[in-house]
Amino acid sequence: MISLSGVVAQFTELVLAVLLAPLLTGWVNQCRAWLQNKSAPPLLQPYRMLAKLFQKEVVLAHNASPLFRAAPYLIFGCLCTAAAIVPTLGTDLPLNAAADAIALVGLLALARLFTALAGMDVGTAFGSLGARREMLVGFLAEPALLMVLFTASLISNSTSLATIAETLAHKEFVIHPSLAFAGIAFTMVSLAENARIPVDNPATHLELTMIHEAMVLEYSGRHLAMIEWAVSLKLFVYSCIGLVLFLPFGIAGGGDWLGLVLALPALLAKLAAGGALLALIEMLSAKMRIFRAPEFLGTAFLLAVLAVLVHVLLER
Amino acid sequence: MLATPLHDVLAAVCAWLAIGALGLLRVGSIGWATRILYPAGAIVGLGLAAIALRAIFEPAASMVLPLGLPDLPLHARLDALSAFFLLLLGAVSAGVSVYAGGYFRQTQGTPPGLICLYFHVFLASMALVMVADDAYFFMLAWETMALSSFFLVTCDHDQAEIRRAGYLYLLIAHLGAITILLCFGALLAGAGDYTFEHMRSLQPSAAWATAAFLLALLGFGAKAGIVPLHVWLPEAHPAAPSPVSALLSAVMLKTAIYGLIRVTLDLIGSPLWWWGVIALTLGLVSALGGIVFAAVQTDMKRLLAYSSIENVGLIFAGFGLTLIFHGFGMGALAALALTATLYHCLNHAFYKSLLFLCTGSVLHATRERSLGRLGGLIHRMPWVAWCALIGTIAIAGLPPSNGFASEWLLLQAFLFTPGLPHGYLNMLVPVAAAAVALTAALSGYVMVKFFGVVFLGQHREARLVEAHEAGIWERAGLAWLAAACLFLGLVPATVIGLLEPITRTLTGYGIGNLAQGWLFIAPISAERASYSPLLVFVVTALLVVAAWLLVRAFYHGRVRRAAPWGCGFPNQDARMQDSAEGFGQPVRQVFEPFFRLEQHAPAPDDARPRYSESAEDHLWYWLYLPVARGVERLTALVTLLQRGRISVYLAYSFATLLALLLFVR
Amino acid sequence: MLQHYGPQLINLLASLMLLLAFAMLAQRRIMSLINLFAAQGFTLFLSTALVAWLTDQSHLYGSALLTLVLKVIALPWILHRLIRRLNVKWDVETLINIPSTMLIGIVLVILAFNLALPIALLAGTLTKGTLGIALACVLLSFLMMITRSKAVPQVIGFLSMENGLFFAATAAAYGMPMVIEFGIALDVLVGMVILGIFFFRIRERFDSLDTRHLEKLKEH
Repeated sequence: MISLSGVVAQFTELVLAVLLAPLLTGWVNQCRAWLQNKSAPPLLQPYRMLAKLFQKEVVLAHNASPLFRAAPYLIFGCLCTAAAIVPTLGTDLPLNAAADAIALVGLLALARLFTALAGMDVGTAFGSLGARREMLVGFLAEPALLMVLFTASLISNSTSLATIAETLAHKEFVIHPSLAFAGIAFTMVSLAENARIPVDNPATHLELTMIHEAMVLEYSGRHLAMIEWAVSLKLFVYSCIGLVLFLPFGIAGGGDWLGLVLALPALLAKLAAGGALLALIEMLSAKMRIFRAPEFLGTAFLLAVLAVLVHVLLER
Repeated sequence: MLATPLHDVLAAVCAWLAIGALGLLRVGSIGWATRILYPAGAIVGLGLAAIALRAIFEPAASMVLPLGLPDLPLHARLDALSAFFLLLLGAVSAGVSVYAGGYFRQTQGTPPGLICLYFHVFLASMALVMVADDAYFFMLAWETMALSSFFLVTCDHDQAEIRRAGYLYLLIAHLGAITILLCFGALLAGAGDYTFEHMRSLQPSAAWATAAFLLALLGFGAKAGIVPLHVWLPEAHPAAPSPVSALLSAVMLKTAIYGLIRVTLDLIGSPLWWWGVIALTLGLVSALGGIVFAAVQTDMKRLLAYSSIENVGLIFAGFGLTLIFHGFGMGALAALALTATLYHCLNHAFYKSLLFLCTGSVLHATRERSLGRLGGLIHRMPWVAWCALIGTIAIAGLPPSNGFASEWLLLQAFLFTPGLPHGYLNMLVPVAAAAVALTAALSGYVMVKFFGVVFLGQHREARLVEAHEAGIWERAGLAWLAAACLFLGLVPATVIGLLEPITRTLTGYGIGNLAQGWLFIAPISAERASYSPLLVFVVTALLVVAAWLLVRAFYHGRVRRAAPWGCGFPNQDARMQDSAEGFGQPVRQVFEPFFRLEQHAPAPDDARPRYSESAEDHLWYWLYLPVARGVERLTALVTLLQRGRISVYLAYSFATLLALLLFVR
Repeated sequence: MLQHYGPQLINLLASLMLLLAFAMLAQRRIMSLINLFAAQGFTLFLSTALVAWLTDQSHLYGSALLTLVLKVIALPWILHRLIRRLNVKWDVETLINIPSTMLIGIVLVILAFNLALPIALLAGTLTKGTLGIALACVLLSFLMMITRSKAVPQVIGFLSMENGLFFAATAAAYGMPMVIEFGIALDVLVGMVILGIFFFRIRERFDSLDTRHLEKLKEH
């Protein structure tokens, strides 16, 4: 059942995701700076940032618990597994038998749980504020993401992400109106989940408006580096989920060595386009009040439910 | 006479009763009860679990007990369904009993020997509910269970609010018992035979079957805490001592699920699909309502009690889905939904008892139940904290815990529904799946609040520094339950193997192909979906360890301790962390129509500003108070009869006698 | 190629109509509301043209053109002018919060589909689901009119309801006779002008376009 090409694809994918994730973050930052007529930071800036943080000393609060010190690695590990599940190069991935789309959502939620708990651990006002807001975003975004994935699962009759990618990329081309609803819902969810502009601002320095940054205020040194890397990985994972659902072309089928090689440039091109789109959306929208966030995410959730409904109504 | 598993079960029940009776020998001695009797009860629990585990795979056995009224002997029967719930009872009670050995200390209200008696009678009666094979025996065990648990809830009966909680509990328990009695009446079809065997052999007409189902739903729903009959649950659970709350929530609620499954799928036998819609709707309303209310609680045991309502709601939703599939003759899918339902029962029993016991330890260490006065306990009681973290992840339904495994199965069952041969249903089911997903996500929110506020952060009160770790007995109980949570989560294929005989008898379909070897589970087929928590866990753990080792290998491991960053504000203290109210505020705002809110905000010039807020249940005002008022008005009419003169009362009797003679003849 | 994907494309356009109807339901800004209305009109134009091409009915090209001119260009332009003249660019609060409105909307969609199903089965047109969507669009626009208290969004709701009706006509019956279509178009235009005059009168009288003020006109 497990083929050599599968193992190779699985391993390459995981390493690629871990290594490429900061690059995607750098690319999005660069695009945003260009769009705002600023001089952009270099593309490799996130790597330099990580290297700098790793070198620095860790400053821990007096009452930080072991959970606080373990959390960065746990979050990183969860997101690595999540990255390994989402097909980026090929659809023949051994890990896909172990975890499907629902498990993917679960892994992302587990990472969020640890982040929120770590935010509450030191017991500062801003840490718990950030944790509360993050969970607020999470409890609406998580079911929305699940419903988006359900739409794709119903289309391809499977919750396995590899089968979803296979169906959407390699079967006869069919127009799925439900994916239009799912696409909008997914965009809204990814903006919120990756702490992007209408909901949160990744570049903010004002504690009162922070969500994600408030939670990780207490982290420093290698711990912060792991968290930052995990944040990049999360953006990468979300981008790849988006690509699988809405732009699956170029992904190699099982045992297709040439396809695997060709899939890499296709993936890079798609990611570049996706990153630019993200920067554009961020540029065009204004940060909303935190009290508007539930409404924004509630709309996303209901749109995702509508996507499933439209599938049931129109496509069978 | 050969010793069948049924005999062993009855022997275990007798052992529990004997242990309870032994408690009366030295009523006032705390050491006698905690050091000898509770551990002995735990051993009986383990034994019962072992017997039940074996009995699941054996054919059903029944016997007539030499007990009961003349001409009305008690019948007992042990089949796969009973054995499964006995396994749940035995395994959970083993952990709870060990814990209780360390928990009960100073005499509060009821003397320890008496508590020991109630405790073991409660356990024995729950076991008897599951083996009863006639309506008479069932009701006998059911009422014993209700009464013994009532006395356990009111252990600290010197407090008025606990007496009130106990009264409410008893009231709703009896309301439920009456409807269950009526349900059996509807199933009897006029014959005088009370055995379940007789009811099984009958084919009730659709109208009678529906009546029986609705009565069962009402009666068992009242016991399970389904909306709108849930009001006793958040009152009774916090009132009881923690091991008792654990048993109430983990096992007693499941007896109601057992009863409902027994009556619907076994005794009635041929459910109609729209019964499932009712159960599904009630379940989803309870699940969403329960978790939303849990989010705004400030008392940790009340929070867990509301979370029990949520979980029972999910179980009901799964059961409703089973009925829908079964009603449309889609047996394999019904088996899948039933598996998810029963699996969730087992999981909830373990993680909820684990968390209730953790709150018990916290309560003992700090004498504080209010979340707003706790915090930072991970430093003082690490053992309890890490066990609670396992429970937290499990109840939040996150991989690789057991909570996720059953939710995964439930969501898979929902994903199969587009095949249903009914228009409206086809469209409503995605909405229902969305509600399940929302509930699961909200439970993550609630559990972050629970764990974060109790165990993380700074101590909100200075005296929490003196909090001490739980004792060895308590830790043993916690460790047993936590290990069970991990085990059930990591090898779902084994659990599904246990459930196969049950689904085969109740729906006619096995789900053997659901477990692909011991590593994977896959509903229907592996192409559709498969899940292997062990693999996910191992891969994630390897990645975490690899990341840690790599960072260690390439960079230094220096750490400097300093004060937390104050964001430029020098006077930060522990009171500035989120309180329980603060953490629940977003949910309260988003789901505002769910609550009856009362706020008291201080005036700007108030010298001692105090802010208070309460979020109450609408149903209390819309349903219970009007009914209570109506009953009061009715009873006021009865007082008209009260004259206080003997001759008037004699005249009533005389008139009654005359009327009977005239009309009945 | 296009013949093969034709029904699928119509389905796609139909769901875009529905998506835009929901977007209007969730939109607070009047300016974006008008743009969404124009987008819905454009989708309607595309679908009408597509149906015309697929079924070879030339008169449908006429109605497509009419849609383009009236609903994508003329009415949005008039509305934009009105907004500028009346100076009512600010956000409008809805009477019920937006997620609840959308939840009601989802219930309406389910209802609409089930009600339209028997008719759609009889109709034997290109696709079965479009009639349901058209009905859903009409109901959603109605809902939008109910949940807004300001006059301009209510009028946009009214116009978008007409979009839904028109879509129902093309999807279920391959359009109406040209005479009727012109008549309706004229009606809409005239209605728009009259409503525009009403706007000015309302604002003159109450200094606001909040239609809740009209309650004051009732006799006590």
